Amino acid sequence: MSLKIKQDHARFRDIVRGRIKQNLKKYVQKGEMLGKKGKDFVTIPVPTIDIPHFRFGERSQGGVGQGEGEPGDPLSPQEADGSGKAGQGEGQHILEVDVSLDELADILGEELALPRIEPRGKDRIVATRLKYTGISPSGPESLRHFKRTYKQALKRQIASGSYNWRRPVIVPYREDRRYRTWKQVPIPETNAVVIYMMDVSGSMGDEQKEIVRIESFWIDTWLRRHYKGLETRYVIHDAVAREVDRQTFFHTRESGGTMISSAYKLALEMIESDYPSSSWNVYPFHFSDGDNWSADDTRLCVELLSEKILPAVNLFAYGQVESPYGSGQFIKDLKEAIGARENVALSEIADKDAIYASIKTFLGSGR
Amino acid sequence: MDPKHTQLPARLHDIRKRIEGHARAYGLDFFDTVFEVLKFDEINMVAAYGGFPNRYPHWRFGMEYERLSKGYEYGLSKIYEMVINNDPSYAYLLESNADVDQKLVMAHVFGHVDFFKNNFMFRHTNRKMMDQMANHATRVRRYQDKLGVEMVEDFIDRCLSLENLIDYQAPYVKRRADRSARDEEPERKMAVGFKTEREYMREYINPAAFLEAQQKRLDAEAAKKKKLPERPERDVLLFLLENAPLERWEHDVLSIVREEAYYLAPQGQTKIMNEGWATYWHSKIMTEKALDASEIIDYADHHSGTLATSPGQLNPYKLGVELWRDVEDRWNKGRFGKEYDECDSFVQRRNWDKKLGLGRQKIFEVRKHYNDVTFIDEFLTLEFAVDQKLFTFGYDEKHQRWEIRDREFRKVKEKLLQMLTNFGQPVIAVEDGNHENRGELLLAHRHEGVDLKLDYARDTLRNLHSLWRRPVNLVTRVEGRGMLFHFDGKEHSERRADL
Repeated sequence: MSLKIKQDHARFRDIVRGRIKQNLKKYVQKGEMLGKKGKDFVTIPVPTIDIPHFRFGERSQGGVGQGEGEPGDPLSPQEADGSGKAGQGEGQHILEVDVSLDELADILGEELALPRIEPRGKDRIVATRLKYTGISPSGPESLRHFKRTYKQALKRQIASGSYNWRRPVIVPYREDRRYRTWKQVPIPETNAVVIYMMDVSGSMGDEQKEIVRIESFWIDTWLRRHYKGLETRYVIHDAVAREVDRQTFFHTRESGGTMISSAYKLALEMIESDYPSSSWNVYPFHFSDGDNWSADDTRLCVELLSEKILPAVNLFAYGQVESPYGSGQFIKDLKEAIGARENVALSEIADKDAIYASIKTFLGSGR
Repeated sequence: MDPKHTQLPARLHDIRKRIEGHARAYGLDFFDTVFEVLKFDEINMVAAYGGFPNRYPHWRFGMEYERLSKGYEYGLSKIYEMVINNDPSYAYLLESNADVDQKLVMAHVFGHVDFFKNNFMFRHTNRKMMDQMANHATRVRRYQDKLGVEMVEDFIDRCLSLENLIDYQAPYVKRRADRSARDEEPERKMAVGFKTEREYMREYINPAAFLEAQQKRLDAEAAKKKKLPERPERDVLLFLLENAPLERWEHDVLSIVREEAYYLAPQGQTKIMNEGWATYWHSKIMTEKALDASEIIDYADHHSGTLATSPGQLNPYKLGVELWRDVEDRWNKGRFGKEYDECDSFVQRRNWDKKLGLGRQKIFEVRKHYNDVTFIDEFLTLEFAVDQKLFTFGYDEKHQRWEIRDREFRKVKEKLLQMLTNFGQPVIAVEDGNHENRGELLLAHRHEGVDLKLDYARDTLRNLHSLWRRPVNLVTRVEGRGMLFHFDGKEHSERRADL
């Protein structure tokens, strides 16, 4: 029996996709709605896809049950699942659907009309890999192909009449031996690295960090769709910058001042030592509340960016999260100095509602 | 050996022969039953299709499949029994189940098939439904090929939204006169007054005012006859088929949905009896005949799983099997009739035993002539309700939670019957197909104490509109007040109104 249901299942998945698309804004704003499951899947709660009927309201109807308890006792735990039991309403289910990150990225791309990213320098970035492709009569012993060797010897023995079925001993000669051979296959490698930088000075609150966390999830998802080997690095800074792991990145709070240039310097070091632009697609993302220590430092930032960083990266993105303490000056300065450069994306994120638009700004350039 | 059965592995075939022998020996009378052994993804598929290997394509089967496969992956559910009301009947066994489970399933299945074959509710059902469903599938597929998947599926969604608007009693009564009698357009009846031989007396016996009144009454009667429908039509789907401006393929799809709804309805209307009956017999066959000593623990485990109860739900297996046993016991001991009913000594009643031994005979009779409503109405006794700890529950607005309401026998039974009446669906009928003389459709909900779920009702009206293609109306009661819900194709509106 072939599984005819696959077709219906695919239709159902289409509808689910549609639902996710419809509600994408909501999902984008609320990171918690996505339960991450395993490496490649997220679980998304989709409002029930239900066919409406004329039916009784559950609360108005009530029902009959069985068991212990006095009148007035709560009926717990109330299981909503009725599965067709007499009269018991099914209630409003939330359907949990597994969606692969790739699929999610596609949905995001379609809904935000994001252009596909053309990996930079596709031709240049080439790695070679060994691939075992054939069999040859010579080679190192470690690659000897036992089965083929045996077969070869068997064939020869039968052909020469030295095979005795009563005593089937096969003795391979030197010429019978067979070895695996390989070829060098060039694979266009598309490596990418995202360097997240965040201001953790006192003025960045939990809400601001939450916004950054959600943004980074979607950025990762989108970029991972385009680059098989995506690396992420995290840099936090106040007056000095240091590299941290993901956990620390989102949970550190310092109280010092802010010197953005420190982060850019560190990022630049990383790029220069680990991610030569000939073989890497580099994405620095920086989030802060727009406060910088001094105009001098801002000037230094602009200089670093325009002369060193921008030529080496696919896209530099700066997201300014609004905070009650920040002045919000930095984005204006950047806009003035480098806003016209094509691999720069600048976005102001006022609150969670703005995440959606800012993702579009960041990823809409197709770089 | 019947060639149809050769597909069972020899081991299962032997088990089947044994169980079938026991079942027949107990007097069960069932159609020939074909068991198919399926792998878990196949059985999930068949289950998603409601037991039929061939259904028309629709996403909701895919949704069901996803739910079932997940349940299996997480080890939450292993479908134990699935059987189709068909001749021959088809039932499915999960390949990976242990022998003791297969025995249990087979015994259970024979119980169901006996019920399908003998219960009066199933008499009108198509016993070649397996083929019919496959035909439906072919027809719908053909429309999809011609018109596009989305368009057809969309229309099916709408039809399904109305699928409970059928007349659940219709197969068992004759609701309306045959077609030919209805079609003639009657002439206008003229008032003639009382007969009189004497011409000169006519004006005295039949004064003008009297004749006029009589004429008015006759005209009103004629108008009523002309009204569409003459009487409120409970089979809303039929009314739509006959009167809505549907395209031919739409007409066909709607009639498919209607036919399947009528086929499936009796299974919903006898859920408690049917599951109870099958459970009664599997437990009887297993414990008295078929179990090996080594299988007892597994059997007990799975059997008790089937009968588990949780406070918020009635388990039809549990309620059903207990009721069947109670009926058998009462008729064995003679605990029925005038003498028993009038006995008011508690001790005497408890120990009542006339050793009549009529139990077996009685339950076979009951399985033939009752459905859930009449079964509960007649056999659910006070003692039973107390023993089974039945109660009613309701939603408490103050505490924002569901609460146990009452353990009073009369109320429990009333609620239970109310939940089962009309298949637990609201009674809704077409009142007028030319409402306000504007070709609008008017449905009326016969309110019996429970309000409709209003957001669903509005969505359903929208779907109804897409079939009727003129504004649609529904009269119901909300919190004790008559309300008319109106959808004109663009907007919903509502106003106070009584029918």
